[in-house]
Amino acid sequence: MSGELTWLIIALPLGGAVLLHFLGRFLGEPRAGWLASLTVGASFALSAWAAWPFIQGNGHPEQHLLFSWMPEVGASFEIRWDPLSALMALVVTGVGFLIHVFAIGYMHGDPRFHRFFTYLNLFTGSMLTLVLAGNYAMLFLGWELVGLCSYLLISFWFTRPSAAAAGKKAFVVNRIGDFGFMIALMLIFASFGTLSYPTVFEQAAEVLPEGTATLIGLLLLVGAAGKSAQVPLYVWLPDAMEGPTPVSALIHAATMVTAGVYVVARSAAIFELAPTASFVVAAVGAVTALWAATIAVAQNDIKRVLAYSTISQLGYMFMAVGLTAYVAGLFHLMTHAFFKALLFLGAGSVIHAMGDLQDIRRMGGLRSRMPVTFATVGLATLAIAGIPPLAGFWSKDEILGAAFAQGGPAVALYLIGLVTALLTAFYMGRWFVLVFLGEPRWPEGVEPHESPRVMTWPLVVLAALSLVGGFVNTPLFGLGLEHFLEPAFEGVTLAHPPEDLLTFLLLAGLGTAAGLAGVAMGYVTYTRPTWERFEAGLGRIWDAWSRGYGIDDLYGRTLVVPGRRLAEGLAFGVDARLVDGAVEGLGRLVARLGQVVRGVQTGLVRSYGVVFLAGLLLVMALTVWRAG
Amino acid sequence: MGILGWLVAVPALSALVVALLPRRRPELPLAVGFGTSLIPLALAGVVFWQFETGVADFQFVERVAWYEPWGISWYLGVDGISLGLVLLTALLVPISVAASTHITHRVKEYVASILFLEAGLMGVFLALDLFLFFVFFEAILVPMYLIIGIWGSERRIHAAVKFFIYTAAGSALLLAGIIALGVIHTRQAGAPSFAFDDLLRLDLDPTTQLWLFAAFALAFAIKVPVFPLHTWLPDAHTEAPTAGSVLLAGVLLKLGTYGLLRFNLTLFPAAVVDVIPLMATLAVIGIVYGAAVAIVQPDLKRLVAYSSVSHLGFIVLGLFALTAGGLQGAVIQNINHGLTTGALFLLVGMIYDRRHTKAIAEFGGLQRSMPLLAGFFLFTSFASIGLPGLNGFVGEFLVLVGSFPALPGWAAVGAFGVVLAAVYLLWAYERVFTGEPSGPNVDVADLSGREIAVLAPLAVLMLVIGLYPNVLLDRSRPSVEVVLDRIEAVTGHSVATAEVDQTLAVEP
Repeated sequence: MSGELTWLIIALPLGGAVLLHFLGRFLGEPRAGWLASLTVGASFALSAWAAWPFIQGNGHPEQHLLFSWMPEVGASFEIRWDPLSALMALVVTGVGFLIHVFAIGYMHGDPRFHRFFTYLNLFTGSMLTLVLAGNYAMLFLGWELVGLCSYLLISFWFTRPSAAAAGKKAFVVNRIGDFGFMIALMLIFASFGTLSYPTVFEQAAEVLPEGTATLIGLLLLVGAAGKSAQVPLYVWLPDAMEGPTPVSALIHAATMVTAGVYVVARSAAIFELAPTASFVVAAVGAVTALWAATIAVAQNDIKRVLAYSTISQLGYMFMAVGLTAYVAGLFHLMTHAFFKALLFLGAGSVIHAMGDLQDIRRMGGLRSRMPVTFATVGLATLAIAGIPPLAGFWSKDEILGAAFAQGGPAVALYLIGLVTALLTAFYMGRWFVLVFLGEPRWPEGVEPHESPRVMTWPLVVLAALSLVGGFVNTPLFGLGLEHFLEPAFEGVTLAHPPEDLLTFLLLAGLGTAAGLAGVAMGYVTYTRPTWERFEAGLGRIWDAWSRGYGIDDLYGRTLVVPGRRLAEGLAFGVDARLVDGAVEGLGRLVARLGQVVRGVQTGLVRSYGVVFLAGLLLVMALTVWRAG
Repeated sequence: MGILGWLVAVPALSALVVALLPRRRPELPLAVGFGTSLIPLALAGVVFWQFETGVADFQFVERVAWYEPWGISWYLGVDGISLGLVLLTALLVPISVAASTHITHRVKEYVASILFLEAGLMGVFLALDLFLFFVFFEAILVPMYLIIGIWGSERRIHAAVKFFIYTAAGSALLLAGIIALGVIHTRQAGAPSFAFDDLLRLDLDPTTQLWLFAAFALAFAIKVPVFPLHTWLPDAHTEAPTAGSVLLAGVLLKLGTYGLLRFNLTLFPAAVVDVIPLMATLAVIGIVYGAAVAIVQPDLKRLVAYSSVSHLGFIVLGLFALTAGGLQGAVIQNINHGLTTGALFLLVGMIYDRRHTKAIAEFGGLQRSMPLLAGFFLFTSFASIGLPGLNGFVGEFLVLVGSFPALPGWAAVGAFGVVLAAVYLLWAYERVFTGEPSGPNVDVADLSGREIAVLAPLAVLMLVIGLYPNVLLDRSRPSVEVVLDRIEAVTGHSVATAEVDQTLAVEP
């Protein structure tokens, strides 16, 4: 019943975007920002109200048809309101609201202030479309619109060539993923005759043979890997840091990049029939988690460390949903949204304070100058490092536990996850120490200061969430989130962490040890003035990590350049010489014929006549021949 | 004369009026041309308004014998397949005239040509007599040839002649095919007729169907254009003045896809089923090849021209999938491509008016100096790229998803065109509009009120069709189903899919 108004959850921020697009200039700063924040806040309140039955445990999934879109392929505007969409809506609007408010301070003085909030509101509306969609076509609508907003916001400062290039790169790489995604939708339509969730999920078991289910699963993974920056399509996300920092927090950490995880969870009924596809999802996640974590170790840009960290953490989520531990994956999605948004906003606060400086080697000693940022970001650092009882510990522990419990090849994933946890704690320790502790290494003229209140109180709220957010789903204090999400995964087998206390404690102990060890190593190494020598001492390994294994160059050499050559060959060789050459040659021949037949003077009418007559004679002859 | 007759006659009469305007009043032709072109727009609006949704038959039919010994008649009618194209034509003509203030040379003849062109286009989409259809089909060639040849840019003569000869070659085959149908009708029914419904009743053996299909298809494939018959298009589009490019891309190319759907699919169903792999393959080559070639074009207008080859490939793919989704996608993509590519050519023209170049390398940072123009360009680009929520997506998604059950491999490869579209348009946008402007790119005036008025209706339609395509789909659905039913009845060809689920709201 409460679900009937859920379309408003999408409409509010979208309406805000329309309003700001036409009137934002007149509203000016900071009112445009407050209006945008207000619409997202209202959406949050509405989501919470509509989610209340699920929280109480007596809600039912609902499907609401708004209006028809493309009936021929079973596409319409319809809302799915179940615990999964409710959870996503709450995360998107909740964290989104805080980031909107933060941005009012961060974007202060920007000449296109209102435009920024137009895009931010448009993004929120699009993301909500994605998660509230009731069919795959509408999901794809949201999926592409968030890509558009990502493009617009990455290249927001469009006069910087690097920002413009990064925006384009993000969109194009995502489109490569979408290519797979679209083929998945085609297969779903061909199998079910519709793209609507209820039909697909209910009939999947009887309609889909395992081969088709596996193919759909793998193609969905291609799309998900693009949007969620997984190997091998992650290369756009580090460059996306060209966008203003609130964008990095909202789109490229907390919400949009989790869309791939959401899609896999949403399609659980299909993956249920395709264990191979599921395992591939988990493997891609594990590989990405480790791969990106090593790169994060050696980054010096305050945001790029976090970008690779996000890729790595998304890898954990893929690992979880690939192991069919959907609750664990969504749990980590939520806690990650809290602490990673906080880390990014904290980084924004620091960048703001340092006068747009982003190199952590030139920071240090910010603790005393920025006490609120220091304390809140410190908490987030411990949370992502997996130190109990902070949020990140519980969700990461649940993922690792599920991998361990599954046994077989999944134990390899468990080990990768554990090593990644150690690395995560190390690079976050390094990052935190270099930014906040030790002696100042600031360039001359930089006078860091704490950010204004509009920027710090979102940090405080997020810190509180990073502190207690993990308690919604713990084996010790109750599995609230699991019960909440159950109705969304009816008929799906969920993987769980081990249930006996001893194994649980053992795994929790190992995870905590990895986290503590990593943080300690980071702390010890980087509070010493000799840390630069430590990095230099790692030589080529460090070099490979800091260049991200040179993957961008590799793609450039093997894909971009040859691709352009091919296009040039087609355009200036095949098309201009061969295809058009044949036509032009034929044209000259006809003209010559015209001259032979009719003497010297030639012209358009004559050529036309010749061609026309020739054709006419040909067909006349044919007709007579056929008749005879 | 019925309302459809007036849709043809009014532009022709207007052309005459404009041609008779005094030469010493050079400011009049554009104003008169714009004013009179609003009449067909209003008439088309009335037709749309009174059009009965859910009816497959031709509506507003009018028929007068023209030359009885040959069974030729003035026979017009509109159904869901032609309705959108009539509207599109009626809309793009006033917009093209309004976007032609840069024309200073022989303005009178220019405006008259455009109006005469409109009369021909209306005739083509409305004619139900194939001989009449052919007359209009040929009549279009002359004004278009003049528009390219007189008001085009440097290599206009070459482009115009190429356009003319190329399409005339197709026309000859088409005429021969039409005459052949008339002859066969005489033989079977005792009297000649070129009326569409009469010809549908002919009993054609498969070989004859194949030959006639080839004659018709070649003529239409040149117009579309289908790879490898496309090379007249980049030359013609690039050399034509802005209005010429808009009408050429927006409407003239659709003569080809419209002809394939209206005549090839219905008159020669047995042949259609045989050529599916060939046509689908050419369509997919067009999609990918056109897009790949567009990426590296150094000239912005040429880039947009090649993008048409790619977008029209989707339409042909949808047509030959012979599924409801594919055909509906093709019908609506006709309109969508007219709106988006029309708008892109208008925008390129507006940039050219200011900078007197179309070379991408000459631009940079124009978003700084022209934020409004940049906004329209980006919006249109995303519509063209197929961003859901805007119109381009609806056509391409319907075509791809709708074709897949019939032509899975082709549709999957065709989907790659969507990736390439993002590459060529966003890379072009990056080079033209982003970065810090320098030199002549610094002081460039943004859009004028007139230019905004020219672009805004197109942008609004892109959004409306993107969100509520049923405004068109509902009207074309019955007509499309008739085509499919006919093919299935004659050949037994149908695509097995899961039954399309239309019940959408579900259970608590």
